[in-house]
Amino acid sequence: MRRVLVDVAYAVQEWLETFGASQIFLMRILAGCPRALLRPGLIVRQVYASGVLSLAIIGISGLFVGMVLALQGYNSLERFGATESLGVVAALALVRELGPVVTALLFAGRAGTALASEIGLMRATDQLSGMEMMAVDPIKRVVVPRFLGGIISMPLLAAIFSAMGILGAWLVGVVLLGVDEGSFWSSMRDQVDYKDDVLSGVLKSFVFGIAASLLAVFEGYNSIPTAEGVSRATTRTVVLTALSVLILNFMLTAVLIGEV
Amino acid sequence: MAEESTTDKSGRGQGSRDENIAIIRELDYSRGHRKIFDGLNLDVPRGRVTAIMGPSGTGKTTLLRLITGQILPNHGSILIEGRDVCRMGRNELYDTRKRIGMLFQNGALLTDISVYENVAFPLREHTRLPERLIRHIVLTKLHAVGLRGAAELMPAELSGGMARRVALARAIAMDPDLILYDEPFVGLDPISMGVIVRLIRRMNDALGLTSVVVTHDVEEVSSIADRTYLLSDGKVVASGSPEDLQENCSAVVMQFMNGMADGPVPFHYPAPDYSEQLLRRGQE
Repeated sequence: MRRVLVDVAYAVQEWLETFGASQIFLMRILAGCPRALLRPGLIVRQVYASGVLSLAIIGISGLFVGMVLALQGYNSLERFGATESLGVVAALALVRELGPVVTALLFAGRAGTALASEIGLMRATDQLSGMEMMAVDPIKRVVVPRFLGGIISMPLLAAIFSAMGILGAWLVGVVLLGVDEGSFWSSMRDQVDYKDDVLSGVLKSFVFGIAASLLAVFEGYNSIPTAEGVSRATTRTVVLTALSVLILNFMLTAVLIGEV
Repeated sequence: MAEESTTDKSGRGQGSRDENIAIIRELDYSRGHRKIFDGLNLDVPRGRVTAIMGPSGTGKTTLLRLITGQILPNHGSILIEGRDVCRMGRNELYDTRKRIGMLFQNGALLTDISVYENVAFPLREHTRLPERLIRHIVLTKLHAVGLRGAAELMPAELSGGMARRVALARAIAMDPDLILYDEPFVGLDPISMGVIVRLIRRMNDALGLTSVVVTHDVEEVSSIADRTYLLSDGKVVASGSPEDLQENCSAVVMQFMNGMADGPVPFHYPAPDYSEQLLRRGQE
């Protein structure tokens, strides 16, 4: 029993230490942001690495999610004779929920793992120590541009995901299943509210961008400098980002809808 | 330096504090329960090549990390140009590091940029020099290490010896006063090793540097070092010129200098009795 208590105490202490370290890390990142903005080239390079290189997976995933959404939506709406609402159903689902959430999950798998393993390998091969020895702060030079690149990329990727999803829904609903094209687009235009729906989706993806980027750079920067350590950091990045995104999504949805 | 068993017969580096660029006093450092340094005293004479030798695991690389303020000791002082790195704030530490070059064991080149950009990296970060001048400095430094022709290559395209030479060019890009070499000869073929050995000496003399070479390659470092320290059990067990150490009769010095497998530094890691362990395992 005593051993269990000691183990629990150690686990709590370790969690608190990690939490504290992550907060200090976040403070150092935030302190480095203003100067990083003076070197936009570094951030643009990271937007390319995190955002542009993720376009294929985001675009294709969005297209197929939209196509499935249209199939399922048509099947359900047909029972009530409301297939003309297919456009608004697909758009709301994509813009409010699926766009930000699925994009964040895909981002964690594509860009988050790349960030964590890249920084972890830089640590393992003494590149970060080398920078420190050259009097260059690796947080400002390596971590901050990647963090900002992730934050900028996420809302843009979520928007592209939603747009591709709507395209997929149109392909299946209008082109394949014969839903009236005018109803498809007009119901979407009438029912999707810019502030309540679109902006809430953008806000969500922005918050997810902060969470996903912070977790990726934190795990990579603090990884144990061995092959196993980097591998563990990469895995933790995906797991923690997925859980954080889903929990944050519930909290944000509750706040934005105001029903809870 | 009461713990030294030999003295520097050449008399170099024995003068006043100003003649030493780095002075380490009563340094204690522990990792977990293991004591790495126990009251270490060591001077690095200005303008000389100082070799720090010792068996693997004696904390040679740790000593470099302590000198550069990457880790902090439990006790003691490390003075660089008269200022204690253990008491420096981040800004002062970074200012000090700008005057120190360090060559890591694996080169530590940034893998996503070319050789040219690696050497230009500290210049771009710390100066506002025009691109033409940066190009001039980078090509000069690369020429000094014989790799001007490799400027456009990526680090992944370099051999181990070439990577270390590029790292050396980068380390001297800011014209430091002190340059630290962490195991510069490990894993190199005889030609690359000869090149690095000559470069360390030549750079030191031509650029007026002070060099500290951490290594366990006795033969190579003996040919270029002005002063040698031998570490064991967290202390300096011998110091002086390489010739002094060769003539030293202390058991630990003789074991290290002659590469003997067993001696004061045991071949076996501490373990329970062999036969008892075997018998106990058999009963399980």
